[in-house]
Amino acid sequence: MSLRLSQGGRLIDRSKPVKFSFNGKALSGFAGDTLASALLASDHMLMGRSFKYHRPRGVVARGHEEPNALMNIGAGVFFEPNQRATVTPLREGLEAASQNHWPSLETDIGAVNGMLSRFLPAGFYYKTFIHPRPAWKHLFEPFIRQSAGLGKAPKEADGDQYEYLYQFCDVLVAGGGVAGLQAALRTGREGKRVLLLEQAAVWGGRAISDGDELDGQSAEAWVAQAVAELEAMANVTLCLNVVVSGVYDHGYVLAAQALPDHLPGGESPRERLWRIRTGKVIAAAGAIERPLSFAGNDIPGVMLAGAMRDYLADFGVVVGPRSVVVTNNDDAYRTAFALKAAGQAVPLIVDARPECDSPIIAAARAAGIEIAFGSAIAKVEGGKRVTGVQICAQNSAGSALREIACDAVAMSGGWSPAVHLFSQAGGKVIWDEASAFFRPDATRPPTGDDGVPFVSVVGAANGYLEAAQALADGAGEPVPDGVQAAIAAVWRMPAEAPAKLREKTWLDFQNDVKVSDVQLAAREGFESVEHAKRYTTLGMATDQGKLSNINGLAVLGDALGREIPQVGTTTFRPPYVPLTLGTVAGEARGPLFQPLRKTPMDAWHDSQGAYWEPVGHWRRPYCFLRGDETPEQAVAREVTNTRQNLGLLDASTLGKILVKGPDAGRFLDMLYTNMMSNLKPGRCRYGLMCSENGFLMDDGVVARIDEDTWLCHTTSGGADHVHGHMEDWLQTEWWDWQVYTANLTEQYAQIAVVGPQARAVLERLGGMDLSAEALPFMAWAEGELAGIPARVFRISFSGELSFEVAVPAGRGLELWQRLMDEGEALGVMPYGTEALHIMRAEKGFIMIGDETDGTVIPQDLGLNWAISKKKTDYMGKAAQARSHMTDPERWKLVGLETLDGSVLPDGAYAVGAGENAVGQRNMIGRVTSTYHSPTLSRGIAMGLVVHGPERMGEVLEFPQISGDVIKARIVSPVFFDPEGERLHG
Amino acid sequence: MAEHLHTEVTALEPCGMILLRGDLEAEWAPDLLSIMGYSLPEQRQVIQSEAGAALWFSPDELMLLCEAGSVAEAVVQMQSACREAQAHALVADISDARARFAISGPGARLTLSKLCPVDLSEAGFGPGHVRRTRIAQVACAFWMTGPESFELICFRSVSEYVEGLLRNAARSHMGLEML
Repeated sequence: MSLRLSQGGRLIDRSKPVKFSFNGKALSGFAGDTLASALLASDHMLMGRSFKYHRPRGVVARGHEEPNALMNIGAGVFFEPNQRATVTPLREGLEAASQNHWPSLETDIGAVNGMLSRFLPAGFYYKTFIHPRPAWKHLFEPFIRQSAGLGKAPKEADGDQYEYLYQFCDVLVAGGGVAGLQAALRTGREGKRVLLLEQAAVWGGRAISDGDELDGQSAEAWVAQAVAELEAMANVTLCLNVVVSGVYDHGYVLAAQALPDHLPGGESPRERLWRIRTGKVIAAAGAIERPLSFAGNDIPGVMLAGAMRDYLADFGVVVGPRSVVVTNNDDAYRTAFALKAAGQAVPLIVDARPECDSPIIAAARAAGIEIAFGSAIAKVEGGKRVTGVQICAQNSAGSALREIACDAVAMSGGWSPAVHLFSQAGGKVIWDEASAFFRPDATRPPTGDDGVPFVSVVGAANGYLEAAQALADGAGEPVPDGVQAAIAAVWRMPAEAPAKLREKTWLDFQNDVKVSDVQLAAREGFESVEHAKRYTTLGMATDQGKLSNINGLAVLGDALGREIPQVGTTTFRPPYVPLTLGTVAGEARGPLFQPLRKTPMDAWHDSQGAYWEPVGHWRRPYCFLRGDETPEQAVAREVTNTRQNLGLLDASTLGKILVKGPDAGRFLDMLYTNMMSNLKPGRCRYGLMCSENGFLMDDGVVARIDEDTWLCHTTSGGADHVHGHMEDWLQTEWWDWQVYTANLTEQYAQIAVVGPQARAVLERLGGMDLSAEALPFMAWAEGELAGIPARVFRISFSGELSFEVAVPAGRGLELWQRLMDEGEALGVMPYGTEALHIMRAEKGFIMIGDETDGTVIPQDLGLNWAISKKKTDYMGKAAQARSHMTDPERWKLVGLETLDGSVLPDGAYAVGAGENAVGQRNMIGRVTSTYHSPTLSRGIAMGLVVHGPERMGEVLEFPQISGDVIKARIVSPVFFDPEGERLHG
Repeated sequence: MAEHLHTEVTALEPCGMILLRGDLEAEWAPDLLSIMGYSLPEQRQVIQSEAGAALWFSPDELMLLCEAGSVAEAVVQMQSACREAQAHALVADISDARARFAISGPGARLTLSKLCPVDLSEAGFGPGHVRRTRIAQVACAFWMTGPESFELICFRSVSEYVEGLLRNAARSHMGLEML
């Protein structure tokens, strides 16, 4: 049984008990515990069920690399699945539940999958459950969904807060172990701005738990001294609990900061995503111990040797009183010493190597620990926990030579340098035959935009596993030779293990991939490591194969008869450890999810029943609801009232770009299809703007302010784009033209005063002569209305008598209020964007984004009148002369009137005779805008139709998905007041 | 939260803002700036006066701040000075286009560090600097008005969003005491 010893545990505070629960059972640990250490201390070795076969699993590692002990943590809005118990700090009231069990952790029906494992081979998703088809939906899928998968998906929005932090430095040191501390000291002393980040809650990496001696001091003393020196340097910033998650081009680094003191729902964020720009990265991420591949290596109680040392040194926890150590290298011997020193029994060290010697082996002999060289574990005995091991010769087929009763197995298959950060940005790794691991290739590091390497690696991550080596490498000094005996590459234990053992030998604990699965994939022709990975799912779980990758590709190489370097590795991709979605989103949630642009009159609209719609990032009233009106009823009322009395539209969102300079006229002549340079001051002109490729991009009214100044109105969504477009051409192409632009969109509130009573209400406000003589159609004037400085543009997008009044944004609401007050007797009502759309459609005016979609040119829309024939050039002119643009078969704008008065569906297609190459009806046109016209009491639409303007009166057929056909007649797009008499009031 | 990193976010009253675009190295430029009592700020620098500040916005663009009451007259004076000097320049009153915020206290730098991709260490940004950048998803500019205080401007339409961002970021600096 696993338990807490009466003493020891450098990270726990035995005076502070912490209560928590696991699967509903009340338990207790100490402050400083992780969830995993507290569970072990309570003899909870069984922590979850495996993904595919629902095998009982216990904790196998100490840190982020843990594949088994994944938990559902918390409840309700604070619920989160797949949390690694090994890095979850214990806190009062923590609720944890094991995952993937059904109905309970102890009794799991899914474990029957294990007995059926020969029917769940590698690639079984692709091989089975395909036929008969109905069985998939009703039998296989429900079963797989019930039995597979890891944690539960959260059902509620996350109740915690998250945020970003932008940081800048010269040198980012990732990892606060011995090598990382050394690297930070070295670069810090050089005066560089250093950021040192450590994923754990303490400094020193493995050195303190391992009891290393550094520069003649205890590791504890050395680390304390190093940290003190770093903290005293103003140019060095140190932070614990921050895991460096990804290294990208241009020195961009992402790291996630956990806040162990955060309480669920507390004031502070739960996690913080650091977005770092650094000159250089020094990766000091250490190494990750590998499991050994023997039968039953996943039974709870089998643990990585280094992890077992950690649980003892950090938390005073042992897995059981009798532990067998199995290894192919010297490092695991330390576990035997540590257990012995704590009074635990180590009946045997199983060393797969032929007899060899080194200081630590000699010490084990001197301590009287039995060592069995050239030996292997044939099989681990036990179900939900280890009860013993069978020992055999490594070079055998697994015939047991002896059996040893024990509670735990400490395994070490060697250590793999954590090369992830080096590899993510393009660094290459090389296979080190003698050490049996991939190490960073210092000759092929990631390089920056200047071709200079920007990521270097030190310490264990660089392949220097011994403390004295890490100390030297981190300091940039020559690295001494190690004192350990050579590792033996052991990829299968025993070497000639038969199928029945290989089928119980796990490579990837989290995805339940066995040695036999990888061998099967090789036999079935998956030769590339990338293909074999996807076929078997090896290394594709949330731990991304931190324990399994090297063992897996060694087995694959063996099956293919290739050396490991020829097999290669899969690609290391960020993030190093999973990031929760909340951390990635940062503050962007709820009201801060996206900016919502509001006009100066927004609050008034909101209080008067505005029914909102998004327009770009703006919110605009679609209509204003009165009483229990539906939006359709409100829109009809607003259209009718505007046509009969007086309507007000908040047009503040329209783009307003000032263009000034001696070359401004020439510039606008290039930007617009029609002539703007000959516009007289005081006058307005409607203009079209095309892209270089000739497509209609934006439209609006241009007013000439004075001799060298024009004000260009753009669409609401187009303001920023058009301003950028202007600056683009001015800065890169016509840089010698004397023109300045300014985007004044937000400086002005703009109100459209529309309808037969428009002039009357403005005259009531007083201050300007707005008579037809003083201010004719398409003119503008400046003055004061109701004491507010204003520009009044007499322009109309509705066909009615209409004035657009621009005032400083800060006084927009005041003007709006005055217009509502003075307009009351004249029947004023505000109207929204839908009434605006309907009124423009009744008049046949086009709308950017409805009649245009990026493929439409002004000529398609019958706007030739707005294209200057005098100008030698304008943006898009050359493109519009291309053969496809002048093709008479291009679809052209027409009006459409349904024969039965109904409303055509938006986007509906008209069909012609015959079929196209793929057997579809030939299409001859489509609807671009369609509305019910309250003015005409019938459906009206605009559309693009082949030879449309030449086919007036013809009836087109618009088949519906329902099978019905709607018939509509081609008519002029100007449905209402074709003579334009209403403009004059 | 760490009390010593307290941060205050305040929405400020409107002030006068004038946009000036032109060749800032031209002969007429010093005289034009002197109308408002300013000299030419260096690249990414701000010159502050009692009435306001002259902010460097780009190689041919300045933003000049003044008291709300004096902006109209200043614009007229500057525009007529441009005409007299036959200067090719654009002067516009943009006082209503933006919202202003003060961020102050020991946590002010941290607050902005959470929202703006700018080096806000004392070495990276200090009094006299101005930065046009983004705050989360929208444009902004800020400069320091004191050793622990910033003024930030953004477009008027997104002022509620920006105020929400600032208040949210200022709430807690837990775990950042070492910065």
